[in-house]
Amino acid sequence: MNEPILELDGLSKVYPGGLKALDNVDLIIRQGEIFALLGPNGAGKTTLIGAICGLVRPTSGTMRAFGHDLATGWRQARARIGLVPQELATDMFEPVERAVAYSRGLFGLAPDPKRIEEILRSLSLWDKRDERIMALSGGMKRRVLIAKALAHEPDLLFLDEPTAGVDVELRKGMWAIVDEMRDRGVTIILTTHYIEEAELMADRVGIINRGKLLMVDEKEAMMARLGRTEAHISLSSPITELPPSIAQYPVEIEKGGTSLCYRGGDGTGRGKAEVAEITKALIAAGIDYDGIDLRESSLEDIFVSLLGEEEAA
Amino acid sequence: MISWRSTWSIYTRELMRFLRTAFQSVLAPVLTTALYFIVFGAAIGGRMPDLGGVDYGAFIIPGLLMLTLLGETTSNSSFGIYMPRFTGTIYELLSAPVGVSETLVGFVGAAMTKSLILAAIILVTARLFVDYSIAYPLLAVIYIMLVAAAFSLFGFILGIWADNFEKLGIIPMLFLTPLTFLGGTFYSIDMLPKPWDTIALANPIVYLVSGLRWTFYGSSDVNIWVSFGITLGFLATCTAVIAYIFKTGWRLRA
Repeated sequence: MNEPILELDGLSKVYPGGLKALDNVDLIIRQGEIFALLGPNGAGKTTLIGAICGLVRPTSGTMRAFGHDLATGWRQARARIGLVPQELATDMFEPVERAVAYSRGLFGLAPDPKRIEEILRSLSLWDKRDERIMALSGGMKRRVLIAKALAHEPDLLFLDEPTAGVDVELRKGMWAIVDEMRDRGVTIILTTHYIEEAELMADRVGIINRGKLLMVDEKEAMMARLGRTEAHISLSSPITELPPSIAQYPVEIEKGGTSLCYRGGDGTGRGKAEVAEITKALIAAGIDYDGIDLRESSLEDIFVSLLGEEEAA
Repeated sequence: MISWRSTWSIYTRELMRFLRTAFQSVLAPVLTTALYFIVFGAAIGGRMPDLGGVDYGAFIIPGLLMLTLLGETTSNSSFGIYMPRFTGTIYELLSAPVGVSETLVGFVGAAMTKSLILAAIILVTARLFVDYSIAYPLLAVIYIMLVAAAFSLFGFILGIWADNFEKLGIIPMLFLTPLTFLGGTFYSIDMLPKPWDTIALANPIVYLVSGLRWTFYGSSDVNIWVSFGITLGFLATCTAVIAYIFKTGWRLRA
């Protein structure tokens, strides 16, 4: 297992109005992973990123990055951290290349036009290098922010809603960029509203709500633990009771006996296998069916269900 | 330990911002100064007696210089830090491995540079209208730099304090400009009737104008060392306030 590069311990933030934006958050991020932080609006995602990056003053708790306490060794730690903010905040009058070169200098690195060129080319911005940022499209502006964040070659990159307001095609382009960064060994922490995005890219997922980190786990483990398969089998003729051969499965009769509903499995494919066994058992019992509607629960279902449980609590 | 590369990046970027509006930044003070010289130097000045042996047209040069210096330095510096706060680009500065030293030397250094360029332009413009010489040129440069540094810091505080454009403009407009006009820019404090000559000494700008005038002509309303002392005191106060702001994150970090 890779070594931890970020460790949060009991991190809390209470804003002057009394709003508890972070509530005793403990988190460990390991080198090279992509960690997706999921949560509804106002859950505390941006506050968490802000606290680590120096935009927000935590009320209590400790943060360590690359072995440095962020309260005392912030210079050494921040030099290795990059941030792409949610808002398109940059000097719109500045040309692209100069803006990226500025970011490199700001982080104390010597000018390196070749490296800047590499970054701009990797983000398809090279042809736009002399254009003012204000002249670019929204998607391109977001790429400029990524280029600025990469200019000092960070080992840990925060992407706060990187695909917010970006169309599907550009979103896919952004995923490709994240993949490239992962290949280069950059550790990435991203927040997103698109669960599909987390499902596709993240190694681990954290779910946050009302400032509390409700769950952190490997994506596959989370799916296996909380995932479900749901299948509706439409029968050719109605039945009144289940044949004994399928009684062991979590199956119920529905729609006046014209359909069977299976809810089970664990997100690892066991559900699908059980549905296949049920259909074989039905045929063996002389019960015919004319359709199966099968659905695996997504990370989104797990997310919604967890938040629902939290709201109920 | 200060990162000079980070400082240089902030400094050059701020100067680039100045150059983007160079035409306006240079033309406005040149035009204003020329108008002052036409009105006060030529039209009215011709009917005024010499003040302390200095021709009236030459007498107002340090005051006019101070008028522009205080206004431009304060606004350059306050805008320099307010705009990133307003547009959200301050995130980059706050998340970078830079502290109060890099930020101050970068922003304040750039504001000072702009002010010194303007001061030079104003002196050249004045030369077109009035014949003058500077008695202590080195002291004059040092004094201008001290005042520029102090008011750059003051502007920086203003830019952090302000949470809208109105507040950003209100201090220079309602306090700085009137105090400079009443601070002996166009007259000697000795010319005021009693008790106004004494009351005028409560205006801190009197000491700044008077100090600069001394470096030009070797005589002034108040002792030069008092002027230096007040300027250094203001500089130290502003530095302490900024150090406090960075330590607490007031209006910078949520």
